[in-house]
Amino acid sequence: MSCAGATAAEMAASLRAGQTTPRQLLDHARAQLSRLDGRLNAFLAHTDDLADRQCERAAGMLADDPAGAGPLCGIPIALKDVLCLAGYPTTAGSRILEDFRPPYTATAVQRLLDAGAVPVGKTNCDEFAMGSSTENSAFGAVGNPWDVERVPGGSSGGSAAAVASGMVPISYGTDTGGSIRQPAALTGVVGFKPTYGRVSRYGLIAFASSLDQIGPFAQTVEDAAVAYVAVAGHDPRDSTSVPDPVDDPVSALQLGVDGIRLGIPREYMGAGLEPGVRDRVSEAIAVLEGLGASIEEVSLPSTDLGLSTYYIIAPAECSSNLARYDGVRFGRRVERPSLTETLLRTRGEGFGPEVERRVMLGTYALSSGYYDAYYRRAQKVRTLIAREFDSVFERVDALVCPTSPKVAFTMGTIQDPLEMYLNDALTIPVNLAGLPGISLPCGLSRELPVGLQVIAPRLRDARVFQVARAYEQATQWHALRAPMVASA
Amino acid sequence: MTTQTVGLGVDSAYEAVIGLEVHAQLLTRSKMFCSCSAAYTNAPANGNCCPVCLGMPGVLPVMNRQAVEMTVRTALALDCEIPAFTKFDRKNYFYPDLPKGYQISQYDLPMSLRGHLDFTVNEERARCGITRVHLEEDTGTMHHAGDVLQEATSSLVDLNRSGVPLMEIVSEPDLRSADAAREYLVRLRQLLMYIGVNDGNLEQGSLRCDANVSVRKFGVSELGTKVEVKNMNSFRAVHRAIDFEIARQVAVLEQGGALLQETRGWVETRAATVSQRSKEMAHDYRYFPEPDLPPLQLGRELVERIRSELPELPEARAARLAEQYGLSTYDAALLTASREDADAYEELVDAGVSAKVAANWQMGDVAALANQHHRSLVDSGVGVVGLATLLRLLEDGTINGPTAKELLAELYEHGGDAALLVRERGLGQVSDRAALTVIVDEVIAANAQACEDFRGGKAQALGRLVGQVMKAAGGRAEPALVNSLLRERLSA
Amino acid sequence: MPLSPDDVAHVAMLARLGLSEEERHRIGLQLDVILEHISALERADISDIPETAQVGNLVNVWRDDEPAPSLSQQEALVNAPDTDGEYFKVGAIQE
Repeated sequence: MSCAGATAAEMAASLRAGQTTPRQLLDHARAQLSRLDGRLNAFLAHTDDLADRQCERAAGMLADDPAGAGPLCGIPIALKDVLCLAGYPTTAGSRILEDFRPPYTATAVQRLLDAGAVPVGKTNCDEFAMGSSTENSAFGAVGNPWDVERVPGGSSGGSAAAVASGMVPISYGTDTGGSIRQPAALTGVVGFKPTYGRVSRYGLIAFASSLDQIGPFAQTVEDAAVAYVAVAGHDPRDSTSVPDPVDDPVSALQLGVDGIRLGIPREYMGAGLEPGVRDRVSEAIAVLEGLGASIEEVSLPSTDLGLSTYYIIAPAECSSNLARYDGVRFGRRVERPSLTETLLRTRGEGFGPEVERRVMLGTYALSSGYYDAYYRRAQKVRTLIAREFDSVFERVDALVCPTSPKVAFTMGTIQDPLEMYLNDALTIPVNLAGLPGISLPCGLSRELPVGLQVIAPRLRDARVFQVARAYEQATQWHALRAPMVASA
Repeated sequence: MTTQTVGLGVDSAYEAVIGLEVHAQLLTRSKMFCSCSAAYTNAPANGNCCPVCLGMPGVLPVMNRQAVEMTVRTALALDCEIPAFTKFDRKNYFYPDLPKGYQISQYDLPMSLRGHLDFTVNEERARCGITRVHLEEDTGTMHHAGDVLQEATSSLVDLNRSGVPLMEIVSEPDLRSADAAREYLVRLRQLLMYIGVNDGNLEQGSLRCDANVSVRKFGVSELGTKVEVKNMNSFRAVHRAIDFEIARQVAVLEQGGALLQETRGWVETRAATVSQRSKEMAHDYRYFPEPDLPPLQLGRELVERIRSELPELPEARAARLAEQYGLSTYDAALLTASREDADAYEELVDAGVSAKVAANWQMGDVAALANQHHRSLVDSGVGVVGLATLLRLLEDGTINGPTAKELLAELYEHGGDAALLVRERGLGQVSDRAALTVIVDEVIAANAQACEDFRGGKAQALGRLVGQVMKAAGGRAEPALVNSLLRERLSA
Repeated sequence: MPLSPDDVAHVAMLARLGLSEEERHRIGLQLDVILEHISALERADISDIPETAQVGNLVNVWRDDEPAPSLSQQEALVNAPDTDGEYFKVGAIQE
C-alpha cells in the first residue's frame, strides 16, 4: 500500500491482513517526515527509541490477538509538545522549558501507549498553546503543507501539519479557543475538540484550565472518532474529568442525518467571513439538507461577546498557570544577584511576546480593583453564552457553521494581536460552553482548505461525528491532499 | 466579652483589640491534593514530593476527602455554620517555597462561618467569635545559608511540607488582652487535639498563630491601625509578643505618633516585635476560583454524619465528670485536659477503680511519671489496663499505698503484670494481726520518747511510730491496721 | 482609559515579568487596544446572571486519604537549574 496519506483505518486493515507491519508503517512515517519536515518544521523532537519500543510492543499485541488489539495498535502518531511524555523533552514551544523532561506521562498519552500506538515525535506549537498561527513557537514557525509560506493555523499547527502532510495519519493537539479546529480547517484535515472533561487534562501543560481539551487530528471523520475514543474516559487524576461513560462515536458514524435538525447560527455567517468560506459552508449545508437533515436558522445573540469573554478568562487562568515557571524546580533560569531579579529575568527572557501579553492581560484583569469589571463580568457573560447554546439545542440537534472566517494567511502578515485573535471568533464560544466541536474539510477557497464546523450539546460528542461522517461520505473533500504529499 | 486590661494597667485609657489567625496542619495520612505522605518530617529533604506538590507543568490537584471532613469536624466543634456551597480559590503570589506560584485556598465562600469558642480568662467566662474556618495547602520550607535572612547569599528550598492540608481558623477581633489571647489559643489547641485533627505542636509549627493587634481609646468604636504579629511559636511567646505590641502601640500614640499598618515579627532574643515589611508593597493576591477543582456541596446528610461522630468536647466532658463522679471543677478540668487523659480516667472507673482513687493517682503519680519519662500513660509500660489492675489491688487491700507507688514507677517504665509481681515478690500487705502486734510492741519498746509524746497529746508522733512499723514490716504492713494496733497498745 | 506607564509597570511586577521600557510601552499600547475591544462586555445585560467558573456541573470530586509513594529526592531535583544535592537552591532574598 501507499502509506503517505493512508488513513489509520487503512493501515489497521493492512496490519491485520499481514500486508504491512508496525515497523514498515513507522519507516514510512519517518521517510515522509525527513522528506518534508525541513520545509514544515512540524516536529520539535523525534521520539525514536520510544517509537521503536512501541513498534515491538504493537507487533507483539497484533501477533497475540489481532482482533483484540485496538484500532491504533501499530499506527504512527504525533503528539503536540504540551503533552507530557516521561523522560522526553516537553517544551510547550517555550524557551523556559527547553530542557524539561517530565517524570510523568499524560493520561491521554499513556492510554495511547497502552493501545500500542507509535509516537514518532512531539509537534511544534504556539508557545504554551497561545496563538492562532503557530508563529509564536520559540522554535520557529510551522509551514502549511498547502503552501509553506502560509501558516497552518494554531496553536496545534505542528500536529495539523503532520497529518495534512501525510507524515502520520493521526496526531493529537489541544484546543482552548479553537487550537485544534482552526488549524484543522486551515490545513484541510479533520480536527475534533471533545466535550470539556471528556479527555483527561492530567499531563497536559495548562494554558487555561477551564477551557483546555485534548483532541485528535485525522484525515477522516472515522479516524478522528477512533482516535478520540482511544483517549476519552474518566481519569481520577483530573478532578474535572467527566465520570459518565463515553457514548460510542464509532457506531454513530453510520447513523446518517436523515431527520436530524441542524441549526445555522446567523451570527456565525455574518460579516467578516471570506466569501469563499461563506460559499463552501453554504454548499455544505445544502449537501446536509439533501441527506435529509432539516435546516433552520438560529440565533446566538451573544456570539460577538465570546472573544472579549475569552480574552479575559483565558489570560486570567494562564497568568496563574504560568506562575510556576520561576526557574526554581525546573526549566531555564537566568541568574541574577538577587532572587527577585532572577525571577524577573528568568520570566522576561523565558517567555515570548504573546505569552507576556496574555500574562499581563490576565494579571491586570484579576488585579485589585479590576476583578469585578473584567473577570467577574466575563464569567457572567460566559453563563449567558452557555445558556444561549442550551436554548438553541432545545430546538436543534447540532449546529453547522464555518470553523474559521478565513483560509490560511501568509506568515508574518498579521501583526496586530487583536486581528489575530479574531481568527478564533467562531471557535471560542464552543470552548466557553464546554461543547464538542469538529472541523472537517468542505472544499477550497483560493486553492486553500475551508473548514466546516459541527457543534453538538455537551456530552453529545457522538452526534458531532454522526453529522460530520454523513457529510464526509457524501463528498470527496477529505480525499483532497495537500500538493506536497504526493510529489515524492 | 468582659474587657480585660492586663498588660495595659487598670488605669489605662486604651483597650487592646486582638484577633488570632491560627493555622493547623491536619492529621491526614496523605497531602491535601496529592498522595504524598502528610508525615513530611520523616523523609530526606525533597524526598516527600511528587509532580503535583512540586508544581510541575500539567499536573492537577485531587482533593483529600478526609481533610474536608476534618475541617467540617473542626467547624462543627466551634459551632460554625456550614454553607451549602463552598469552593477553592487560587491565591497568587511568588515565593520560592510556593511551587505553583499560587496557593490553593478559600476566599469568598469558605467551608464554614460564624462560630465561637468559650473559655475562662482570669476566672471570668469569655467568648470569642470565629469568623471562619477554611481549608488550604501548606507551603514548603526555606533554609537560609547564614543566620540572618538579609545577609544570606543563597537559600535552600525543601518542598516536603508543600501541599500538607492546612486549616485556617480566623477569630473575630473579640480578644482584649494577651491573657485572653493565650487562653483562647490554649482552648483552641485542646479542642483541635480532642477531635483528632491536629497534634498541637506549636514549637514545630504544625500549629501556628498570628495575631492582629490594635489599640484604641476606651469608648471609641472605630478600630485602630492593625498590626499583624507573626513568628510566635509558644503560648509564652504569644502572650509576651501581644503584651509587648500593645504597650508599643500605646507608647507610639501617647507620644503623638501614628501607627503603621504592617507585619511585625516577634524576636524572642530581643523580647520585641520587629517590623518585617510595611504594606507599601501591598500584596495583590488576585484570588479567583480554582478551575482545576469542582466546588463542594456538603449536604446536610454529610454534615450531620460528621456532627454525630464528634466526641464529647472538653468543656462538656469536664462538667459531666464533675457531676457524675463528684469531682471538683478543677480536678475535672485537669482530667479532661486531653481526650486521652479523660478516656483513661473513665476506663479506670469503668474497670472498677473508685472515682476518687483514680483521680488522685492519675493527677498525682501518673502525671509525674508521664512528665519524667515523656511518655503518656497510654504509651507507658503499665498502660491503662495495668494501672486499673494495680489500683484494684490497692483498693481491695492486697497491697498498700507505698507498694502501689513503687510498683507503678517500675511498671510505668518497664511494663509487667502487677498481680503477678505482687505474688512473685510477696508484696501482698501484711494484715496478720498477731504478726503485726509483735512488730508494734518492738517499735513501742524502742521508741519510748515518741510514745511519751503521743501520750502527751502530740498526734504527729504517731506518724513516726507508724513509719517505724512499716519499715520493720518491709513496707508491706496494712497502714490502717498498724494505726489501730499502735493506738490500742499505746493506750493500754 | 489607557493604561499609564505606572499601571503597566505595576502589572509587570505583579506578574514578575522583567520587561524593558520599550517592551512595556509596546505591550501597554497593545493592551489598550485589546481592553477597548473587551469593553464591549459592558453592553451585556448580566443582571441576575450567575458566574460560570467551570462547565460540567461536577461537585464533590475527591479521593480517599491513602498515601502513595513519592518521587525520590533525585527524581524531584533532576530538572532543577541549581541544587546542593538535597535542596533546590535559589539566590538571596532581599526584600
